[in-house]
Amino acid sequence: MSATIAAAPPVLRLRHLSKQFGGTRALDGVGLDVEGGTVHGLLGHNGSGKSTLIRILAGYHAPESGGEMERDGVAVRLPLRPGQFRELGMAFVHQDPGLLPALSVTENLRIGALARGALGRVSWKREADAVAALLAEFGIDCDPNARVEWLRPWQRPLLAIVRAVDEVRRLTVAGTARSGLLVLDEPTAGLGDTSVERLFAVIERVKATGFGVLFVSHDLDEVLAITDEVTVLRDGRVAGTGRTSALAKDALVEMIIGHRIERRVSDAANASTKASMVSVRGLRGPGVRDIDFDISRGEILGMTGLIGSGFAEVGALVSGALRAHTGTLQIAETARALPGLTARSAIDAGIAYVPADRLRAGCVGELTVAENIGLPVLDRLVRHGVLAPGRVADHTGALCRRFDVRPPDPSLPLEALSGGNQQKALLAKWLQLSPSLLVLEEPTQGVDVGAREQIFAAIRAWATHGAAVLCLSGDHEQLALMCQRVLILRHGRIVAALNGADITEERMAHECFGAH
Amino acid sequence: MNASGRTDATLPGSGMSLRRLFDRYALLLVWIATIALFGALEPTTFLRAANFTSMFSSQAVLVVLTYALLVSLTAGEYDLSAAPVLTLSAMVLAILNTQLGVPIGIAILVALLASGLTGVVNGILVVWVGIDSIIVTLGTGTLVSGIVLWISNSEMVSGISQILVNWVIVPRLWGLSFGFVYALILTIALWYVLDYTPLGLKLLFVGRGRRVARLSGLNVGRLRFGALVTCSLLAGFSGVLYAGTSGAADPSSGDSFMLPAFAAAFLGSTAVRPGRFNAWGSFTAVYFLVTGITGLSLMGIQIFIQDLFYGAALIIGVTLSLLVRRREQRERDVAEVTEA
Repeated sequence: MSATIAAAPPVLRLRHLSKQFGGTRALDGVGLDVEGGTVHGLLGHNGSGKSTLIRILAGYHAPESGGEMERDGVAVRLPLRPGQFRELGMAFVHQDPGLLPALSVTENLRIGALARGALGRVSWKREADAVAALLAEFGIDCDPNARVEWLRPWQRPLLAIVRAVDEVRRLTVAGTARSGLLVLDEPTAGLGDTSVERLFAVIERVKATGFGVLFVSHDLDEVLAITDEVTVLRDGRVAGTGRTSALAKDALVEMIIGHRIERRVSDAANASTKASMVSVRGLRGPGVRDIDFDISRGEILGMTGLIGSGFAEVGALVSGALRAHTGTLQIAETARALPGLTARSAIDAGIAYVPADRLRAGCVGELTVAENIGLPVLDRLVRHGVLAPGRVADHTGALCRRFDVRPPDPSLPLEALSGGNQQKALLAKWLQLSPSLLVLEEPTQGVDVGAREQIFAAIRAWATHGAAVLCLSGDHEQLALMCQRVLILRHGRIVAALNGADITEERMAHECFGAH
Repeated sequence: MNASGRTDATLPGSGMSLRRLFDRYALLLVWIATIALFGALEPTTFLRAANFTSMFSSQAVLVVLTYALLVSLTAGEYDLSAAPVLTLSAMVLAILNTQLGVPIGIAILVALLASGLTGVVNGILVVWVGIDSIIVTLGTGTLVSGIVLWISNSEMVSGISQILVNWVIVPRLWGLSFGFVYALILTIALWYVLDYTPLGLKLLFVGRGRRVARLSGLNVGRLRFGALVTCSLLAGFSGVLYAGTSGAADPSSGDSFMLPAFAAAFLGSTAVRPGRFNAWGSFTAVYFLVTGITGLSLMGIQIFIQDLFYGAALIIGVTLSLLVRRREQRERDVAEVTEA
């Protein structure tokens, strides 16, 4: 790979990049080469270090000393200043294409580089012609005068790519015969299959102009389809690298997830045969189709998939936080139509929903622990028309002790607690309602190891108490530890169900990526 | 967001709680200092009992209007139509009572109905149509001002029934008027509702985290709607007090109350329960501001001082409440591990 016989040095060469965050080593001696005129895939799970690497390139993070970077064979001093990537002929396209919907294609593409005529007047005719030529070069069929909000959603990332390439070219006209570097950060998220093909066609043309492209993704199929070379990151280290054509899909999956971790809990078998307590039929809504599942009394059902696969939406859809298009939900004897479900009626039906976005959907951080926990039961705490602070403190203080929320002082603002203790407080908030169905989204996200065990224990205890638990998570290790059954979603549909001993991180990853 | 970890926050020491106590009553101390300052500068005019009773009695209108804003601000909505509604209420009452000969009781009722109706229109536009409350109330407020000019022919209407005047402004208790007593009763009522009922806490959650409130089963739409209507009704009540205080209504009476009311609401949110809009904090803020202005005008400083004082107070109030919050956050962040 690092063959020195080639005439041109790599467009980007990184060596020994490391980054430490507190106790976590997010990157550990990572190196990679992106050659001009090729697409280099950077593959890995969430938390593998991909984002940290990109942020170092963008100048957001400073790497530890010892890291080296070369652009077109020229050494560049690290850390980069924010924005310095522009001078270096690099451009980034993120998931959010960053276009202004109310402006035209021309305005969006030329906003940073309007050529001014006499008296500072902008010749929109000339700008539109320039944009039309640019779009034609990359094979994009769209009217330069159309407003971006009128375009199809899949056209927007294409425009963002063209804009980035154009920007790099304009800044490097000055003579230095550098080839540009384009970093695409999960550009396909939320695109359908045919749209991804169109995006790939544009990337092929970018590649043909001599650009090096760093294609960051967690989607194995896409990486196999578009890249020439690939580097896999796992736990901040390079788990493998090589020519894409020489790598088998299974080998890549192995690199992504590493070796199988033994399942530590095996209380799976005993709960699986019981009659179902919760059943969902024909659920269809934003991002998901034809979802059917049952959860029996005492069962913890896991659900997972890649980002954008729809698994993350199921929790909001069955708890009235997101409106379903069709579907029914039956708890015990009572069936309800899902489209009419509101958060209020879901709570009345015995559903508790603990969302992943703790500080925006779960609780109000600046208000106290007592207020946050007490919110759903305020009316019960009233005596003689007065919501006595003492009563609220007693009630929530007892819950804090039961769930070991530390420090056990309910008068503290909730945001003063650690992530794990915030999550314990939120479990307390919802479990005090004795829900029949507990829906959890990423229950241990941002939670330290100690609290993680306590949270697992509280969830298991509640299931054993006779409830049904639905746990949505992208953390496969966690699902393997907690669940008796795991459903896997791909492209909005349930594509696999794993039981008992089959619930391993490896199997889940295989099913998520669709590889066998 | 993944793999972040906050370490357990250490319990604040006793020095912290002392400062918290200071935070709570700093505004009260500033008020007392202001009184002392003007007392020293103008001992003969400022320190007279009559000066204080007149300060307390004359500001009932502002206190009530501030509380109107307090209700909507707690629910997270700005109501810029509150001051125009004050004018509308006073003007409707005045016209009905003086020009159409309607008994004062019914005139008050109609004035409050008209105010409540404005709140209903605000509520429909903000909650159901989903327009930002600043824009909606800027529009309805201007519309209401237009209606006031129209029905009054842009003229002052005086001669309101002496009964109302007697029930608002005439000194009753130790030289204090009923207007002040109403304001005091309202302070206690609002204090009770905001701090000691589920409704108050629900409003607070709606204002701070609408999504959290909705997912916790609150009827967010109804609470926001209710807050906007209550705000307009209270503004209407402040208009009734205004009519009683001056015995007349003029088409621009509300204008001079708008900024002081916002200033008092925000300044009040830095005191008593720092970080929250609260009744006693606003009560203190209103009287602190009035004390300052009375003192300055007794010293013979010109009328523009009012605008300077209120404008500065609003900015300082908002800045202080932000700084208090940031400092608390920074203290917590000290022990926090950087997020990955």
